[in-house]
Amino acid sequence: MYDVIIIGAGVSGAATARELSRYRASICVLEKEEDVCCGTSKANSAIVHAGYDAAIGSLKAKLNVRGNEMMGRLSEELDFPFERRGSLVLCLSEDDMPNLQELYDRGVANGVKDMRILSRDEVLRMEPNITDDVYAALYAPTAGIVCPFGLNIALAENAYVNGVEFKFDTEVKEIKKLDESYELDTSQGKFRAKYVVNAAGVYADRFHNMVSAEKIHITARRGDYCLMDKEAGTHVGRTIFALPGKLGKGVLVTPTIHGNLLVGPTAVDVEDKEAINTTAEGLALLLAKAGMNVKNIPTRLVITSFAGLRAHENGDDFIIGEVKDAKGFIDCAGIESPGIASSPAIGEMIAELLRDKMDLIEKEDFVSTRQGIKDPSTLSMEERNALIKENPAYGNIICRCEMVTEGEIIDAIKRPLGAKSLDGVKRRTRAGMGRCQSGFCAPRTMEILARECGMSMFDITKAGGKSQIVVGTNKDTI
Amino acid sequence: MRDYDIVIIGGGPAGLAAAVSAKQNGVDSILILERDNELGGILNQCIHNGFGLHTFKEELTGPEYADRFIQQVNQLQIEYKLNTMVTDIDSSKKVTAMNRDEGMFEIQAKAVILAMGCRERARGALNIPGYRPAGIFSAGTAQRLVNMEGYMPGREVVILGSGDIGLIMARRMTLEGAKVKVVAELMPYSGGLKRNIVQCLDDYGIPLKLSHTVIDIKGKERVEGVTLAEVDEKGSPIAGTEEFYPCDTLLLSVGLIPENELSRGMGVEMNPVTSGPKVNESLETNMDGVFACGNVLHVHDLVDYVSEEAAAAGRNAAAYVSACGAGNEEGQEIALKPVSGVRYTVPSTIHPAHMSDELTVRFRVDGVYRNCYVSAYFDDERVIYRKRQIVAPGEMEEVKLTKEQLLRYPDLKTITFMIEEA
Repeated sequence: MYDVIIIGAGVSGAATARELSRYRASICVLEKEEDVCCGTSKANSAIVHAGYDAAIGSLKAKLNVRGNEMMGRLSEELDFPFERRGSLVLCLSEDDMPNLQELYDRGVANGVKDMRILSRDEVLRMEPNITDDVYAALYAPTAGIVCPFGLNIALAENAYVNGVEFKFDTEVKEIKKLDESYELDTSQGKFRAKYVVNAAGVYADRFHNMVSAEKIHITARRGDYCLMDKEAGTHVGRTIFALPGKLGKGVLVTPTIHGNLLVGPTAVDVEDKEAINTTAEGLALLLAKAGMNVKNIPTRLVITSFAGLRAHENGDDFIIGEVKDAKGFIDCAGIESPGIASSPAIGEMIAELLRDKMDLIEKEDFVSTRQGIKDPSTLSMEERNALIKENPAYGNIICRCEMVTEGEIIDAIKRPLGAKSLDGVKRRTRAGMGRCQSGFCAPRTMEILARECGMSMFDITKAGGKSQIVVGTNKDTI
Repeated sequence: MRDYDIVIIGGGPAGLAAAVSAKQNGVDSILILERDNELGGILNQCIHNGFGLHTFKEELTGPEYADRFIQQVNQLQIEYKLNTMVTDIDSSKKVTAMNRDEGMFEIQAKAVILAMGCRERARGALNIPGYRPAGIFSAGTAQRLVNMEGYMPGREVVILGSGDIGLIMARRMTLEGAKVKVVAELMPYSGGLKRNIVQCLDDYGIPLKLSHTVIDIKGKERVEGVTLAEVDEKGSPIAGTEEFYPCDTLLLSVGLIPENELSRGMGVEMNPVTSGPKVNESLETNMDGVFACGNVLHVHDLVDYVSEEAAAAGRNAAAYVSACGAGNEEGQEIALKPVSGVRYTVPSTIHPAHMSDELTVRFRVDGVYRNCYVSAYFDDERVIYRKRQIVAPGEMEEVKLTKEQLLRYPDLKTITFMIEEA
């Protein structure tokens, strides 16, 4: 029996696990996929919003602003990439100025600092590639961009090092309320815990509804994205949003923390909670819409497109807290945008809630810092040579496009909660995430995975499950 | 810091031929930097035959063709480093590279020959919608898995794109026991060599569907099938023509892109049509002493032409080193201009004073033309024209110019290349 089981190893579950690992408690995270960061957390805009969007007084507003404030220090403690680049919300017509002003006022009410409304000239000086039709913009310097995988993985690794267990390929099927605990029936057997945190993303309604008479409903809202080559990475320097106006809600254009250009998302409600397929209409629509806000987007430089699902709850706010008619069952549901930005605050809120309920005592040996995978490209030539001398694998480039070395890939596999698949390696090191999209490095990364994990090449998967890459040997069916 | 007269970036067919030629033209201090664990580049995974008909007058496999050049490199005692990645070249031709044994190091070159080859376009470049499961490979990646490592990437295969690698892989997968259901091509013509369509598809009864593309990929973990549709003249799918093909593998052979990240980083000017450097008659870029050849310059159809072009680059780099940068008097400059039907030319400028007796201008056309002329106008005068039954984008075209011929036109400004109706 655990003190706490957290369902889901996405960014909310991992943040909760990390904050709870400050206390003396037995904690286990159950994840249906083979790795952390496999659902909504891996396919989104990766924006740390400033906090002017959400309704005044909402949980979204409160946690967004608090999470944004926490992100800087967290990125230093846990060594993941984060930059406060700022964001602009474009207003394309004088008629829409009241809406821009409203956004500003809401930001002030939500506690967002240092916002300014910029004139057309100021905007164009700041971002020359913005459409000439721009009338004004809301500038929020506290907005940032983050590596969504880096954040999620860092939180999980740190939680693990502080004693949290993680069980992968473990899908929760049923939850039964017992007298003083819950029993979770999973694909890997039964687990019991006094408290359950439901951080199951698009599936959070399913688990909530198993224990509560007050039903919630989460809609999977799909968003398509296009990612462009690093050659396009400086096309804009900040995150560019469109003010919802006469032409509907626009799409954002943003640099990514790794120097690519990202355009997206669309918004289509889908029935299937696994429907992360892009669509021709979606991709065409978003490239057209992006062009309304930013000029000359080099669409020929698209290197990949992908889709993610937001967990949209009918009430339009995060649902965080103990379920009224299910004592000990804590919801962390409806975590859509600004979920990434809010995640540190979500973890903090749930951990404090459980601390008070369970009278948890802080650990003396909590490790608050974590070292990420060493990025040799940040080192001087002398430092790099010292590293290669100590471990020659750091002199062997595996991914040419992103210049990822064998040393980094081995680290990604061997570290706590290490990578087990090509996608796992990719999210941790960027190997395969570049312009050739793993054409050159996939076979070599497979060899390293097979060697380091003692697996056969036939067991190497793209992303766990039945996603094997090679299916046999030459002429084996002849 | 180590010094070399010529540093060659890449030990594939272009780099090898350039090195041999530079050495034969009197330069001793040459270094080839190769990122893979052996010389030969992509030829090592091209185990089919058909290489070398022009160069050696016999049909060799890719590795055999490469070996001819590797033997010469060894006989001529040309230095090379394997498993060595060049991470940067600066505008003063200082090359930064790295490997396991030596760590990161710098080399000062007098001349640099860019011979990095090309990479395959990925799915994203076409924005093919659908899921992103395992089982989607670029044709070259599948070729490496099958031909070099002996692994089958799948059993039931659909191929998108009829570039040469896609055609070759249709045959290879069939020979290794897979079922290739169809090859779809977005354009109304194949991007590959005619001989490959005959020998790789027709001989095995594999259908080629022109003006077709993949409009959806099914399968959440592994590919379960793809939907093909016919496309109109603009390349847009035509409603009602959708056809679902169950398969576990989709191979993409949808174009090659010269790998010019290093070239761009050092300030080499690019031709947006080829995605390769702009070069003059000496295959020299806008930067003094920086030459380019092979698929990094423009994507070739036959390796024989890569070797020929690279030999010229090696020779010219040797001449540059011998002249120690002297004699840069350029004199008359002629611009080469591609129009109606001709997409680009390599080179894009000629200084007659610097050219050798004969110069091959290479280019590709933008569509299939029958019973036409490939013509070159010297300013307004139609000087060269050759009747052709058919020209197609899959095959490179060439026009030979002689120094003697150009010297007869001392005021010539522009040579215009075009396809004309007969």
